[in-house]
Amino acid sequence: MTSPVVGWTAEIARARLHVVSGKGGTGKTTVAAALALALAHGGRKVLLVEVEGRQGIAQVFDTQPLPYSEEKVAIAPGGGEVRALHIDVEAALLEYLSMFYNLGFAGRTLRRMGAIEFATTLAPGLRDVLLTGKIKECARRTDTRGRHVYDAIVVDAPPTGRIVKFLDVTRAMADLAKVGPIRGQSEGVVRLLHSGDTAVHLVTLLEEMPVRETVDAVGELDGADLRPGAIVLNRVRPPRLPARSVTPAADGRVDASRVRDGLAAAGLALADDVLDGLVEETVEHAVRVQAEQRARAQLAEVDLPAVELPDLVDGVDTAALYELAEALIDQGVR
Amino acid sequence: MTTLDMDRLVDDPATRVIVCCGSGGVGKTTTAAAIAVRAAERGRKAVVLTIDPARRLAQSLGLRELDNTPRQVEVDGFAPTGELSAMMLDMRRTFDDMVLAHAGPERAREVLANPFYKTISSSFSGTQEYMAMEKLGQLAAEGAYDLIVVDTPPSRSALDFLDAPQRLSTALDGRMIKLLMGPARAGGRGLRKVVSAGFGLFAKAVSTVVGGQLLADASAFVQAFDSMFGGFRERARRTAELLRSSGTAFVVVAAPEPDALREASYFVERLAAESMPLAGLVVNRTHPVLAELPSAQALAAAESLESAGTAPLAAAVLRLHADRVALDRRERRLVARFTKAHPSVARAEVPAMPADVHDLDGLRLIGERLADL
Repeated sequence: MTSPVVGWTAEIARARLHVVSGKGGTGKTTVAAALALALAHGGRKVLLVEVEGRQGIAQVFDTQPLPYSEEKVAIAPGGGEVRALHIDVEAALLEYLSMFYNLGFAGRTLRRMGAIEFATTLAPGLRDVLLTGKIKECARRTDTRGRHVYDAIVVDAPPTGRIVKFLDVTRAMADLAKVGPIRGQSEGVVRLLHSGDTAVHLVTLLEEMPVRETVDAVGELDGADLRPGAIVLNRVRPPRLPARSVTPAADGRVDASRVRDGLAAAGLALADDVLDGLVEETVEHAVRVQAEQRARAQLAEVDLPAVELPDLVDGVDTAALYELAEALIDQGVR
Repeated sequence: MTTLDMDRLVDDPATRVIVCCGSGGVGKTTTAAAIAVRAAERGRKAVVLTIDPARRLAQSLGLRELDNTPRQVEVDGFAPTGELSAMMLDMRRTFDDMVLAHAGPERAREVLANPFYKTISSSFSGTQEYMAMEKLGQLAAEGAYDLIVVDTPPSRSALDFLDAPQRLSTALDGRMIKLLMGPARAGGRGLRKVVSAGFGLFAKAVSTVVGGQLLADASAFVQAFDSMFGGFRERARRTAELLRSSGTAFVVVAAPEPDALREASYFVERLAAESMPLAGLVVNRTHPVLAELPSAQALAAAESLESAGTAPLAAAVLRLHADRVALDRRERRLVARFTKAHPSVARAEVPAMPADVHDLDGLRLIGERLADL
C-alpha cells in the first residue's frame, strides 16, 4: 500500500552473488531456495549455499542431508539447474590447510578430538573467513573456456543480527594472524563482497519485530559499505476488509447488524454466538491488517526495492517452492 | 491428549525452577514473563530471569537496562498476593563477577585484561547459555525466591541451551590448549602416538592462521581459569544436576510451525534421554476458529455476495473466516504430528494476541490463556 513494489531492479539483476538474510523464523531458507530456482529459470546454473550447518536446504528440497560437495537438488523451469552446497567449516579448514600442509590421516583424528572446533573458538572470525572464502571460490570458479561455472550463487546466510559480522571479512581478519595463507586470499573475498557483484537481500514478515530488525540491518549494511539488495516480504496474507472498514473494525466497531443482513442476503441465517465469533475474528483480522500497514510504512522508509511472496496455507513443500519461484519471476527476478 | 495444567504447576510449592525453552522467535521470553506474573498473582514469591527481551517487554516489567540483580516489579495496578521480581541477564558482567569472586584481585585483573577472555566472555556462542545457567545456580543457592522462571537465550536450536555448557567447557579445557602449545608434553602416551605426527603440523598451521600471540593469550587464560575454578567440567556437571532435580520443570515453547515443532520434538527427546523433567509443551500463538461455520459454506456465500456486488463487509467477513479455518486446520495438523510422536507430553495452547504484548495487562492475559484448560 505505502511501500512501492518496484521489483527486481537492473542493479540487482547484475549481481551474481545473492546473500539472503532475515530475522530467524521469517522463512530465509525457503526464500533462498525459491530465489535459486527463479534465477536458474531459462537454462542457468545456480549454486545454493548453506553455511549454518542446519541442513535446512535438504529439508526444503526433501533430500538426504547434504554432504560437503555440490549436489544437484532441482531442475528449474526451462532447463536450468540448482546445485546445493552445505559448507562444513571443519571440512573447509582441513581442505584449506591441506593446500599448504600435508596433514595426512591426522586430519580425521583432529576432527574427532574437537581440535578444529577449538581453533575456530580461539578466533571466532576464522569461521566466517573460511565460509566466505569458500563462497568466493565457487563464485569465481571458471571452466576450461574461462566462463563462470555458476551463473549465480545464492547464500542462505546467517540471520540479520549476525549478517554484517559474517560479511565484514576485514574486521574478522583482525582476529587472525597478520600474515599467512588465509590472509592472502581474504583480500579477494573483501573485493567481491563489497562489489556490485554482490547483493544482500533481507527477508521479513509484516510484523513489528522482524521489520525493525530489517531496518536496523539496512543501516548496518550501509555502514559497513555492503550493498543491500531487495526486501523480500514473505508470507503476505491478503487483506480481506474494504479499506474504509479497517480502522473502525480494529477499534472493535464492526457493524454486526450489517454483517447479519449481508449474510442473510446470501442465505446464511446464523445463531448469535456464531455471529459474535465472526465479529471477533474480524476485529482480530483488522488489528493485524493495521499492524501490517504500519510495518509497510516503516519499510518504505528504507527505500529499497521489494518483492512479495504469498503465505501458502498448506505449508511449503518442494512443489510450493516452484510456485514461489514463479511469483519471484513474475516480479522481475532474473 | 494430556493437558498441561499451568496453575497446578505454579501453585505446587515443590516447583522451584521453571525453564522456558524452544527455538528462536516462538515467544519464550513473553511466556516466561507471563508465567512469572501469574505465579506471583497466585501467591508465589517469583523471579523471572530474562535474556535479551524486547525493549518494550522489558519496560513493562520495569526493567530499564541490563542489570544483574533482580528488582521487584512495581507497576501501577499490579498488586500480587505474592511477589514478582525481574532481571535481565548481563552475560559479560556475570562472567566478570564469577572471575572476581573466585580469583584474588591481582589474578582477576590479569584475567579480565586478557584479550582471549574478552572474546570468550562477549562473543563465544556458548557463553550466554552458560551464564544463564550460572545465574540460575546463584539465584537458586541464595534461596531468596521460591520460584525462579528462566528464559533461555535466543539460539536457533533449543538444544544449544543444553549443549552450550559442554561446548564452553571443551573450549576452556586445558588439554587442547596444552596440545597446541606443546604437543609433546600433553596427553597420554596412546594419544601422543596416534596424533603427534600430524599434530605438530596442525599446531603449526593453527598458529600460522590465528597467530602466535592469540595462542599465547589463550594459554595464559586457560591456565589461570583452570586453577581458579578447579575444573570447569565440575561446574557444568553441577548445573546439569540442578536441571535434573525434581523441583525443576521444563516448559518447551513452540509456534505452530513445522520448524519450531521439529525443534520442540528434538528437545523433548533430548530431555527424556537426559532424564530432565518435562512439564509439557506450550503451543504459542495459535489461531483457533471462533465461529462455527464450515469454510465451504462461508466461501460459497462470499462468492454469491461478490457476484451480486452487494454487502462487501459481509463478504469480507466470510472470506477472512475461511482463511482462519484453513490456518487453524494447518496448525492442528502440525500439532497432531507432534502429538503422534509424543503422545504422553502434556500440552497447552495459547491463542495469538492480535497485537504485540508489551504491558502487564497483556502478560496477565497470556497467563490466563496459558492456564485455560
